[in-house]
Amino acid sequence: MRTTEASLKYSIFSLARNARSYHEGWPLAWRSPAPKPRYDAVIVGGGGHGLATAYYLAKEHGLANVAVLEKGWLGGGNTGRNTTIVRSNYHLDANAHFYEFSLKLWEKLAQDLNFNIMYSARGVLNLVHSPADLDAAMRRGNAMRLNGIDATFLTRDEIAKWIPNLDCSAETRFPILGGLLQPRGGTVRHDAVAWGYARAADTRGVDIIQQCAVTGIRIDDGAIAGVDTTQGFIATRKLGLAVAGHSGHVAAMAGLKLPIESHVLQAMVSEPVKPVLDTVVTSGAVHFYISQSDKGELVMGGDLDFYNSYAQRGNLPIIEHVVSACLALFPSFGRLKLMRTWGGVMDMTMDGSPIIGKLPVKGLYMTGGWCYGGFKATPASGWLLAHTIARDAPHALNAAFTLERFAEGRMIDEKGAGPYAWMH
Amino acid sequence: MLLIPCPWCGARSQLEFTYGGDATVRRPAADAAEAEWFRYVYIRDNPMGPHDEWWLHSAGCRQWFRVRRDTRTHDILGSAAPHAPLPQAAS
Repeated sequence: MRTTEASLKYSIFSLARNARSYHEGWPLAWRSPAPKPRYDAVIVGGGGHGLATAYYLAKEHGLANVAVLEKGWLGGGNTGRNTTIVRSNYHLDANAHFYEFSLKLWEKLAQDLNFNIMYSARGVLNLVHSPADLDAAMRRGNAMRLNGIDATFLTRDEIAKWIPNLDCSAETRFPILGGLLQPRGGTVRHDAVAWGYARAADTRGVDIIQQCAVTGIRIDDGAIAGVDTTQGFIATRKLGLAVAGHSGHVAAMAGLKLPIESHVLQAMVSEPVKPVLDTVVTSGAVHFYISQSDKGELVMGGDLDFYNSYAQRGNLPIIEHVVSACLALFPSFGRLKLMRTWGGVMDMTMDGSPIIGKLPVKGLYMTGGWCYGGFKATPASGWLLAHTIARDAPHALNAAFTLERFAEGRMIDEKGAGPYAWMH
Repeated sequence: MLLIPCPWCGARSQLEFTYGGDATVRRPAADAAEAEWFRYVYIRDNPMGPHDEWWLHSAGCRQWFRVRRDTRTHDILGSAAPHAPLPQAAS
């Protein structure tokens, strides 16, 4: 087993050099060290958010004595289970500024990490099916523009010309009247995000420790003292949680209860086909979104299963719903076979917005409550949690996403759905 | 597919039901402290394991009832009318 070379830069030249040795000489992308007894900061969760937090702690704040603890393997949770969509088409100011910051980080992330994350600005199109949809889309589009975010309204004819296999006829159950497009939205290769952040964090000295589950959080005199893990006790004064659907019971180890429920969200892919769809199409009316992966699979998803679950798998009614919505919009996809379905555990908050910041134990921080939207938030979530951990104070961009907002009545309820975790 | 045992109609497909959330939260008294109301509205145990929850037989008898279901496996451990005791395990 070869060790990593911190200096190795991925480029066309290193690719050509390694081609001569049949690609058998590549060094490992990151180390697998044994945990040290003490770190300046420990991040729980080796998905995109946790790895990004560690990377920005090292890069932006010079904190290199950092460990990321992962109970399974890197990116094996929701980082590897999402539908890879990135966008910042939000209405409320706090969300708009946060997700736009994230999208700006996505745009430069491949260069920053020296890892091809395959950001594809293919656009995200929200279909409009009714006059009420139309009003809401115009309002949101205008709000986005006022916040400096790109938004364009497309008429039905423009959409029909662009996406010929989308059924834009007047005879459908939910006729398409137009759509709100965010041109800079698109997709990113999800696994590459975990790998790219892991490699870049490791290069800067972060210890990434896989197969290491946290079993307890030790608090001494009201402050974090360390974590008990399956690989022994690790001392730290700063502990960041980035554990998505498991936020609730990990926070419970510190005696906290969160306004979060865990629910299962399913996604699925068809068999791979040649290019047929060069954008991301979503429809709120039929609860559906679809894009085509670089491998050619049509990647789609819809609603939650609507009951609490940690199972990472869902049930058939939602799959049937997603497929029927797909066929209503794209009748020609009816000949395709569904190849694979899976589920991820969503940390659904009571207002549909995340919690990024300090928790009421000194030295304890979290990024979580991501509902459906965690993947696109990955870079900003990590950047802001790192800032909050390093300064022990939130940045202006995550100042609104506190745990306390629920008690203070400062909800960030983008959908206006009320305090029902599964309704957002 | 969940096979949900309605206490009145027997086991039916989940397609007939609507989820109603955690059935262990109790509405506080009208003059209870704000912190108590906050916990009632926003805070949930969110257990990994058996979860007592409300279901409505919306396409059946239209009755609300409780189900005890394991959130790790989706196994249904029992169901009961709103004020009846919930069995530990059901057939």
